[in-house]
Amino acid sequence: MSDERFVQELTRVYPANRLLVRRAELAPYESDALTGFRARPCAVVLPETADEVIETVRLCHTARVPFLARGSGTSLSGGSLPIDDGLVIGLNRLNRILKLDPENRIAVVEPGTVNLAVSHAAAPYQLYYAPDPSSQSVCTIGGNVAFNSGGAHCLKYGMTANHVLGMKVVLPDGEVVELGGGSLESVGPDYTGIFVGSEGLFGVALEITLRLLPKPETYRTLLAAYDSLEAAGDAVARVVASGLLPGAMEIMDRLAIEAAEAAVSAGYPRDVAALLIVELEGLTEEVEAEYARLERVIEESGAGEVRVAQDDDERMTIWKGRKSAFSAVGRLSPDYIVQDGVVPRGRLGEALSEIERLGRKAGLRVANVFHAGDGNLHPLILYDGREAGALERAEELAGHILRLCIRMGGSITGEHGVGMEKRDYLPEMFGPTDMDAMTDLRSAIDPFQLSNRGKMFPQGEAPALKFYGPHPLEKEGRISRE
Amino acid sequence: MSITPVRPSSPDEVQQLLRDTQTTVLPHGGHTKNALSTPPQAVTPLDMRGLSGILEYDPSEYTFTALAGTLVSEVQSTLAENGQYLPCDPPFGTQGATLGGTIASGLSSSGRYRYGGVRDFLIGVRFVDGGGRLVVGGGKVVKNSAGFDFPKLLVGSLGRLAVLVEVTFKVFPSTEAQATLRIDYPTIETAVDALQRAGGSTLDMQALDLEVPSTLVIRVGGVAAGLRGRIDRVHSFLERDGEVLLDDQNYWSQNGEFQWRPSSSALVKVPLIPSIIPSLERSLSDLPIVRRYSVGGNVAWLSPADEGAFGILAGVLKKHQLRGLRICSWEAGLTPNSDAPLFCGQPPLDEVFAERVRSALDPQQRFLELV
Repeated sequence: MSDERFVQELTRVYPANRLLVRRAELAPYESDALTGFRARPCAVVLPETADEVIETVRLCHTARVPFLARGSGTSLSGGSLPIDDGLVIGLNRLNRILKLDPENRIAVVEPGTVNLAVSHAAAPYQLYYAPDPSSQSVCTIGGNVAFNSGGAHCLKYGMTANHVLGMKVVLPDGEVVELGGGSLESVGPDYTGIFVGSEGLFGVALEITLRLLPKPETYRTLLAAYDSLEAAGDAVARVVASGLLPGAMEIMDRLAIEAAEAAVSAGYPRDVAALLIVELEGLTEEVEAEYARLERVIEESGAGEVRVAQDDDERMTIWKGRKSAFSAVGRLSPDYIVQDGVVPRGRLGEALSEIERLGRKAGLRVANVFHAGDGNLHPLILYDGREAGALERAEELAGHILRLCIRMGGSITGEHGVGMEKRDYLPEMFGPTDMDAMTDLRSAIDPFQLSNRGKMFPQGEAPALKFYGPHPLEKEGRISRE
Repeated sequence: MSITPVRPSSPDEVQQLLRDTQTTVLPHGGHTKNALSTPPQAVTPLDMRGLSGILEYDPSEYTFTALAGTLVSEVQSTLAENGQYLPCDPPFGTQGATLGGTIASGLSSSGRYRYGGVRDFLIGVRFVDGGGRLVVGGGKVVKNSAGFDFPKLLVGSLGRLAVLVEVTFKVFPSTEAQATLRIDYPTIETAVDALQRAGGSTLDMQALDLEVPSTLVIRVGGVAAGLRGRIDRVHSFLERDGEVLLDDQNYWSQNGEFQWRPSSSALVKVPLIPSIIPSLERSLSDLPIVRRYSVGGNVAWLSPADEGAFGILAGVLKKHQLRGLRICSWEAGLTPNSDAPLFCGQPPLDEVFAERVRSALDPQQRFLELV
């Protein structure tokens, strides 16, 4: 079917204001938060109901037109990069919370629902939705499901997959199925579990059942300064060895601290090599008892200045610095690439010094802000895209860092997904047989590779056009790269 | 045709068997869940206990890797020596349950309430699929989102999609001190109401169960210094006093072995949500089905006395739009009702997806059907 005829078919489903075909209208959909790439779709549709999505997927299947379902486009791995001449299904208008059931502590939401909106809706019942990616004020649950998004609290609470109980899904050929349910427990294979994190390759989630957690009664957030990254990493090991299970443990290096200070004035100590944030939360009596232990551990770890948030405002200020660190680092450099590889926690120090060495060798600055509790690195490679060969050098360094994570027995991605960006590295982490099994599963579910074609697996289409500069939303300070 | 049981001692042998065999195979571990592990006629049982042992365990990483036939009890004692535990709380440990069997059956007991079930703590697998391929899925680090999540798919797969050979779990530090409160309520409605209020509170419980007819069972725990305060908080929150078990290990280990059910009866797992419990109780109250609700009212464990009661139960579940899985059958022997369907009640709405997954991993149908 020709593009014109396919678009003609779409006009039977969508009025003109929800079917975008003009070049200027398509431009905002040409890229996501992986700003190095863009591609032009043949059209963008903006469904308002699940039935319209199903109808659209069926039309795509009949016409063999590849499609990408996307939310706010905050993917850092290029997961929501369009397919050249494919269709983009923009899901932001499917943003209803269909059911909020505080008694059973579940919410049923449409995929375009913004992550933070779920917690806001649950707040009157003292409940919240736990996964908290840094972009949570704009990113959508549909995108979180596709990429199994994480955040700062994964060690204790898990990732998106650990909070999705069930979903209604349209498969790439238009079949509609229901996976899982509303219970924390299930019988039979965990199909919900494998759908989450499948990067849009298994179809489009139309309704998602989320578990809600009671809000912790008390938080204790501690900030400790160290004169080396290694000492901060060592402190994390001591906390773990003490038997404590903090909700979050984050480390920022000198460059990241300076940038965060310049951007949001979080009041962080200056002239230190590393900052460690540790957060305990739970029942007041318990947290107080745990905090006494944490204080001792931090004291013994050789920390310089130690601060404790005295109230909720101080706590939010500590987190504001941390959560804005990435976009802040972006101010130091016109362009940057962020990786999210994982190494065993015990090898964090080794990984960081190796990254430093690799950065020096490549002649590029690297800032580090990472989830230390689960070994999830976030090296930020700064470069100037206007400088000839700089992007290539940055990409080469990024590749070395991913291989380092694989060599250390870790993963190429903790929470951003493989997407477009790391698809060539998946076969380095997994063997040929593992790749075959994944390919077979994908083919059984989507034999024509219509759903988000070109992601996760290598040998997709040729890379899209290179493009420079931060994402428009990032320029506005609305999203950040974590 | 007589079937010779097979006991592989390496992943290689499992692969070889799947490549060579023309028959259907059913992997099993310690037979603690006999309805799931007993092969029908002409099906080759695959005893996975020959693949046993912890391969990697570094307490500071909060992870361990073991062969699938490793006993849950062995893992539990090794973890305990290092001040750690498996938060998903696998059942049937003292009766000989294996890690592989726990994953394949998708079973967690009451202690999973605090941090999550098998699906939340299994982070990596090596498995042999129906074509004899040895496949790695997931990883060995606590956070990972690379590739399809095969570990989750195989939770609850009942040995019908793949043979697990090696597994990696995330673990947590042990709870320092614990205590259990048993609080009676006059009716199931008031008990469920209290269960829901406690579940939505900040009480941060280790377990939240409901004994039939109407006793709430709450386990609290944390650092020893805070234990008394935790117990008081539960009482004052619920505005009701109850029995306090300061030494509660026995209570929970017996619960993990399902010792509350008559030894000759069956066991059915039914996922649900707490608000359904009162009406389900009304349907079940006069039947010879012993029962307990667990995981904050998210699962019912039902133990029908005989085949007749099981048949009635299936109808009741359907009426309430619930689906159950038969875990244990009546006889203790090796061939009880092995041709009877495992699932009962409401049929699932995932069949198209399920069939596509099966066709990818087991195109030649070397494994039993998931019915």
